[in-house]
Amino acid sequence: MDTTELLKVIEPDGATPGFDTDLSDAELVHCYRTMLAVRAFDDVCMKLQRAGRIGFSIPNKGIEATQVGAASAIDKTDFLFPSYRDFGMALYHRVPPVEMMHNMFGNELDSAHGRQMPVHFSFVDPIRLYSISSPIGTHIPHAVGAAHAFRLKGEDRVCLVSFGDGGTSSLGFHSGLNFAGVWKAPVVFLCQNNGWAISCPSEEQTASEGYAIKAKAYGMPGIVVDGNDLLAVRQATSDAVARARRGEGPTLIEARTFRMGGHSTSDDPTRYVPAELLEEWGRKDPVTRFQRYLEKEGIWTAKLEEQLTAEVSAEINAAAKVAEGTGQPGLETIFSDVYADLPTHLRKQGEFLFDLTARRGDAAAGDGAFPL
Amino acid sequence: MPTLTLLQAVNDGLKSVMRTDPDVLVFGEDVGLKGGVFLATEGLTNEFGKERCFDTPLSEDGIIGTAIGMAMNGLRPVAEIQFQDFIFPAFDQIVSEAAKLRYRSGGQYTAPMVIRTPYGGGIRGGLYHSQSGEAYFAHTAGLKVVIPSTPHDAKGLLIASIQDPDPVLFMEPKALYRSVKGEVPEDVYTVDLSTLRRVREGKDVTIFCYGAMVPVVEKAATQAAAKGIECTVVDLRTLLPLDEDGVLEAAKSTGRVVVVHEAPRFCGYGAEISALIAERCIEYMEAPVKRVTGFDTPFPNTLEHHYLPDDRRVLDAIEQTFEF
Ligand SMILES: Cc1ncc(C[n+]2csc(CCOP(=O)(O)OP(=O)(O)O)c2C)c(N)n1
Ligand SMILES: [Mg+2]
Repeated sequence: MDTTELLKVIEPDGATPGFDTDLSDAELVHCYRTMLAVRAFDDVCMKLQRAGRIGFSIPNKGIEATQVGAASAIDKTDFLFPSYRDFGMALYHRVPPVEMMHNMFGNELDSAHGRQMPVHFSFVDPIRLYSISSPIGTHIPHAVGAAHAFRLKGEDRVCLVSFGDGGTSSLGFHSGLNFAGVWKAPVVFLCQNNGWAISCPSEEQTASEGYAIKAKAYGMPGIVVDGNDLLAVRQATSDAVARARRGEGPTLIEARTFRMGGHSTSDDPTRYVPAELLEEWGRKDPVTRFQRYLEKEGIWTAKLEEQLTAEVSAEINAAAKVAEGTGQPGLETIFSDVYADLPTHLRKQGEFLFDLTARRGDAAAGDGAFPL
Repeated sequence: MPTLTLLQAVNDGLKSVMRTDPDVLVFGEDVGLKGGVFLATEGLTNEFGKERCFDTPLSEDGIIGTAIGMAMNGLRPVAEIQFQDFIFPAFDQIVSEAAKLRYRSGGQYTAPMVIRTPYGGGIRGGLYHSQSGEAYFAHTAGLKVVIPSTPHDAKGLLIASIQDPDPVLFMEPKALYRSVKGEVPEDVYTVDLSTLRRVREGKDVTIFCYGAMVPVVEKAATQAAAKGIECTVVDLRTLLPLDEDGVLEAAKSTGRVVVVHEAPRFCGYGAEISALIAERCIEYMEAPVKRVTGFDTPFPNTLEHHYLPDDRRVLDAIEQTFEF
C-alpha cells in the first residue's frame, strides 16, 4: 500500500468506477450533512467576526472532504487529535454546534472557560477530541504517546492526529513520527496539505516530493490521497486505522486539498494566493464533488440539499444565539485549573482581583466573595 | 521628521539598515510577500529581493539555528519569530547556542544576530498569542534583551541591536504597534543599549516599567499628579544588560518605588529590580517596593482585561507606597 500515487475514488462527474462503499445510505447522508454543517458553521463564524461579535475564526472552506472523510474512519471510542482547522471532525462525531459556539464566544459554558482563543476546542464527549494548542505540531507526539498507552493497556483503540503541511516542519512532527515508527504505535498521521502555511506555499515548506514520502524515513507507509474526495480520504484512513488495530503500526496520510479562504479572519490571502489557483481549486469543490456522487447513487436530490441546508443553518444560527446570550466566565476561572489545588499565592491574587473589581463596582466580581 | 507608528518605525529601521549594510537579512515565517502577520516587514522583499527578505519553513528551531550559522559567517541576520509564544522550539538554540557561543569558543565564534518578536497581551489572543516571556531570556547570560516603547526608540534600538556584536532578543510590544505614534528621524541612528529612558520627572515615587506598560504607567502618573503625587517614570528599554546605575539613581531620588510589568509576578523581572534596590539602596527607601504585574496563571482570553495591569492598579500601588 506504500505509494506516492494519488489515491482517488470519485471522478469529477461523481462516478466511482469499480468502487463500492461500505457506508450505508444513512451514513453517506450524514457525511454530506456534516459537510454542509461545516460550511454553515464557517459562514456564521465569518459573519460574527466581521460584525465584531467574536474575535477570530479560522476558515474551513475547501477542506471539508478531508475532515469528514478522515473522521468517518474512526470510532467514537478512538481518540482525535485535531488541528484548529477541523470543524468537520467535531461535527461528524456529533459534538453539538452549541458546544463549539461556546468556545467561539469564550463564554462561561465553554469547556475551557473562555481561556483559549476561538477554534481551540476541547471535548471528551461524545468523542475524545483533544484540547487544541496553538503552537504548531506539539500535539503530534501526544497522539503517539496516547496510542502507545492504548497498546500497553491492551485497549483496542487508535489515535488520529491531524496537522497541516506547515506542521511537518515542526519538531513535534519529526519526533512524533520517529517514536511512532519505533514503537509501532496505533496512530494515524493525517497531513492536510492545503497548499499553504499562512502565506508560505508548500514548495517553500519542503523540498521533498510532497509530504507522504517523509513516512519512508520513519519506517511507515505514506499514502497520498485526493483530499477533496471524501470517499478516498475515508478509504485511506480506514485502511490505516485497520493496520493500526492489527498492531502493524502507524501510517502517514497526505491529503492534497486547498484552503479556499484566508488563513484566518486576520489574513488577506489576495496578497499572496494567485487568483488562477483559487479558480482552479474552486472547480474541484469537495462538497459539489460528493454531491455529484450522491446524485449518481440516487441519494441526492435538490430537495434533500434544501432540507439539510435549512436544518444545519437553523441549528448553527440557534447555537450562535444561545452562545452569544450566555454570560462571561467568572473571575475565578483566571485562577482555577492552574493546579489541581489552588496554591496560597494564587488564592491571594484571586482575592486581590475580586476586591479590586468590587471596589470598582464592576459586576464581574459578583457578590464579592472569591469562590475558590 | 515623519510621524510613524511603532510598527512603521520597526519597518523603517529594517529598511534603513538594509539600505546601508548589504549583510543584513530578514527571514522568518510569512515575512516575505505577506510582510509578516503584523506587516512589520512589509515591502522588504519588494525592495531588497528574496535573497535578503524571505519566508522560511515553519520551524523556529530552524530559523534561529540557521541564523546562528549565518551570523558566524559574516551575515547580520534579523530573524522574526511570529509571536513570542512560539519561540520555545528555539529555546535551545537561543539559550544553549547563540548565548554561549562566544564564551565556549573563547571569542573565536560569535553570533551577532537579532531575534525580533512581538510579545504581550491586549489583542484577545488567549494563552498562546499574549505571553510576556522576557524573564526566561533575561536569565540567560550572553543574550541581550531589548524592549522599546516608542517609535523613536524602536528604530534606534533596533539598529543598535543589529549593529551589536552579540545576540539580541528584540521584543516588540504588539499592543503598541499601531496605538503609539511619534517622530522618527529618517536617517540611520542608534539608541544606546543598556541606557534607560526617564519618561517623566517627579519627586515622590519612581515607577519602573517597559514595553506596553509604559503608556499605562504614564496615564497613572498623570492621575497621581492630579492627586498631588509627582512620579518619575522610567522606561528600562534594555532588560539585559540592565542600566543598574540609572535604576539606583532613579530609585534613590524619590525613595518610593513601583515596578510594573504584564508578565507573571513570580520570578518576574520586577523581582530583579526589587532585589537590586534591596541590596544596593535600601537605606534610601521610605516604603517597600510595590509590584504591579500579571497574575501567576496562564494568560486568559475573555478576561484578559482583568489579567493585564491597568492605570487603576498602578495608581493604587503608587498610593500604597505612602501607606507604609
Ligand atoms: C510553533 C508555531 N509557530 C508559528 C505559529 C503561527 N502559525 C499559526 S498557523 C501557521 C501556519 C500553519 O500552516 P499549516 O501547518 O499548513 O496548517 P494550516 O493553517 O494550513 O491548516 C503558523 C505559522 C504557530 N501557531 N506555532
Ligand atoms: Mg497548510
